[in-house]
Amino acid sequence: MIDHIYLDYAATTPVHPRVLGAMSPYFNETFGNPSSIHRYGQQAEAAIESARETISSELNCLPQEIVFTSCGTESDNLALRGTALAMREKSGATWILASQAEHHAVSKTAIQLAEYYGFQVEWLETDKYGTITQETVANAICKDTALVSVMYANNEIGTVNPVSEIGAVCRAHNIPFHTDAVQAAAYLPLDVQTLNVDLMSLGAHKFYGPKGIGVLYVRTGTPIFPIQTGGGQENGLRAGTQNVPYAVGFAEALRLTKEERVQRMDHVRPLRDRIVGTILEEVPDSLLTGHPVDRLPNHCSFAFKDVDGNLLLTLLDAAGFACSSGSACKTGNPEPSEVMTAIGLSRDWGLGSLRVTLGAGTTPAHIDAFLKALPGIIQQARSLTRISGNKL
Amino acid sequence: MSKVVVAMSGGVDSSVAAALLKQQGYDVTGMMLRLWSEAGKEDSNRCCTPDSMALARRVAAKLDIPFYVVDAKELFRSIVVQFFLDGYARGVTPNPCVECNQRVKWDFLLNHALAHGADYLATGHYARTRKLTDGSWQLLRSVDHSKDQSYVLHVLTQEKLAKALFPVGEYSKPEIRKLAGDFGLPTATRSDSQDLCFLAGEDYRGFLQRNAPQIGVPGTIVNSEGKTVGEHQGLAYYTIGQRKGLGVESHVPLYVLSKDVATNTLTVGEKEELGLRDLVAREVNWISGQAPMESFRAQVKTRYTASEAWAEVTPMEIDHPNEYSSSISARFDKPQRDITPGQAAVFYDGDLVLGGGMIE
Repeated sequence: MIDHIYLDYAATTPVHPRVLGAMSPYFNETFGNPSSIHRYGQQAEAAIESARETISSELNCLPQEIVFTSCGTESDNLALRGTALAMREKSGATWILASQAEHHAVSKTAIQLAEYYGFQVEWLETDKYGTITQETVANAICKDTALVSVMYANNEIGTVNPVSEIGAVCRAHNIPFHTDAVQAAAYLPLDVQTLNVDLMSLGAHKFYGPKGIGVLYVRTGTPIFPIQTGGGQENGLRAGTQNVPYAVGFAEALRLTKEERVQRMDHVRPLRDRIVGTILEEVPDSLLTGHPVDRLPNHCSFAFKDVDGNLLLTLLDAAGFACSSGSACKTGNPEPSEVMTAIGLSRDWGLGSLRVTLGAGTTPAHIDAFLKALPGIIQQARSLTRISGNKL
Repeated sequence: MSKVVVAMSGGVDSSVAAALLKQQGYDVTGMMLRLWSEAGKEDSNRCCTPDSMALARRVAAKLDIPFYVVDAKELFRSIVVQFFLDGYARGVTPNPCVECNQRVKWDFLLNHALAHGADYLATGHYARTRKLTDGSWQLLRSVDHSKDQSYVLHVLTQEKLAKALFPVGEYSKPEIRKLAGDFGLPTATRSDSQDLCFLAGEDYRGFLQRNAPQIGVPGTIVNSEGKTVGEHQGLAYYTIGQRKGLGVESHVPLYVLSKDVATNTLTVGEKEELGLRDLVAREVNWISGQAPMESFRAQVKTRYTASEAWAEVTPMEIDHPNEYSSSISARFDKPQRDITPGQAAVFYDGDLVLGGGMIE
């Protein structure tokens, strides 16, 4: 693995040593259960509440509006399921508006709510960059809307949505607005007041925190039921003994992210721009997916015509480059993702997607090596795709 | 360090193959072919169920080797499944495993492995190769004759054999199971299966009915004197030597003797009438790369599960522009009951595989 170059920071990031350091006392020194009466419990409670305060100050909200979950996906589940059920109870509303390009954590939850719980989903159409505009939301929203969910930044194609404007539309209609900010958190501002969001999902491992810890911001007054019931932890919204060390890690990672935001952006953006320029110039039949400007600064994504994206990833991995794709599938059963379809790519393009995402460990030498190898590997993937007989 | 790609299935043989190669110092990568299944049964191809895929992944993780799944669904459908359907449509009993080895495993996957920078492709087949001093390669039966799979590998050429590794061919099946335990591989208790992978454990007749309904045209059953004795449901549903399910009333057991596609007639007869002494095989692949010029005696295997029988093998005129292909006739010392058009006839000299072709 030493020789490998990691270009998949949107999938996950390594835990920052400072984060790891902040977490470590809470495994076996201050190990109490935050719900316990005794001193052990009190110390653990102090740790988790301090983490909550740190996060709330980064998000510009109240501490009690922060709910710790096990991951970004759980946050999405709680936001959608919890709010849909509570809104129906409150106003009878049964329509969920969600972007076509949402992460499965949102879209599959919405589909289940529609299939088994009596809700309806209206999938909001994106433009060719994968953007949802406030007009699209304004045209769809009505008194029967239980919830609007539009992601902050797209995981596959990096496009950043006008969340603040969409939030204003929802606010005017008094409809709860959820944004999945899991991908955005590493680089974009997370002030929930500016963003006009009522619910916002985060996961620590996308910004150098540990896997297995997420947050859902829930604005005071937003109708929401718990999805996991039990001991009443997390303001009654997420039962279960809190994961103290990981909550501490989340807070530390978020604090670091805010501190280093400008520096991290300045590091990745020029490298990313070099990749985009070189690939579009040197690889025939290639295009940039997602918005050319309004996109995450560490993120570039491409489609290559007549290339099996899965095969491309294995060839890249064998050559020492870890990347991802919109049809990434470990079972060898590739289908173009919903996002590729939403932005209007035909199958012959949509199967050949590649996502390259940079981070703190990326160096100019990594990018040199990657750009040197990629055109040849694409060519190889094209000829292998041809002999596999797949109808792209 | 030589690079080798191991075709992994999650089963014990290919898992141990990967472990052995790793132990021998190769730079090993695991690959699993994603093959085709019928619509609605996407996860049921025996070679690549989610369970077997998860197992293969566990094995790869245990061995600390990279592992990739290679999509060959469309290729497998258009080549192997089509070959299977076409075979039944023209009245023979095709052997899709031979076709898969020739055109999917030892062509597509081999090319795929080479494109990945590998020097060799290894599989969990029970067979052996040997390099002669002149640089040419031989294909041999596995040490464990009861598990020998050289039959389906008779299609390999010199070029492919030079890149082929069969690590388990040197061992017996019990030894392989023991090795799997010693290596701590999570596959050691799985059982073998010889069904066609894409039938997903079902009878082939149902598969044919769904995928090639035009094949099932009923016709007459006659005895060896040409007298009509019953009606068949479609020639494809019957195999030479089959006794059960003929639906013909008789005081002695009747067997399928032959099928005539032109007249859509099935001929049945008594046990004594079964068996042929002659066969013709086409498009024979000679492992050495050189077709014989004269008759020779060889042991001939006419089905994967049949035992070898002595025969005099005689080259016929070279009927193919490819010099590696030719036709032969074989005359067995004793009548053989297993000679089935569409299956392969494979010629052996002891453990040595000389070549093989499709029975006409």
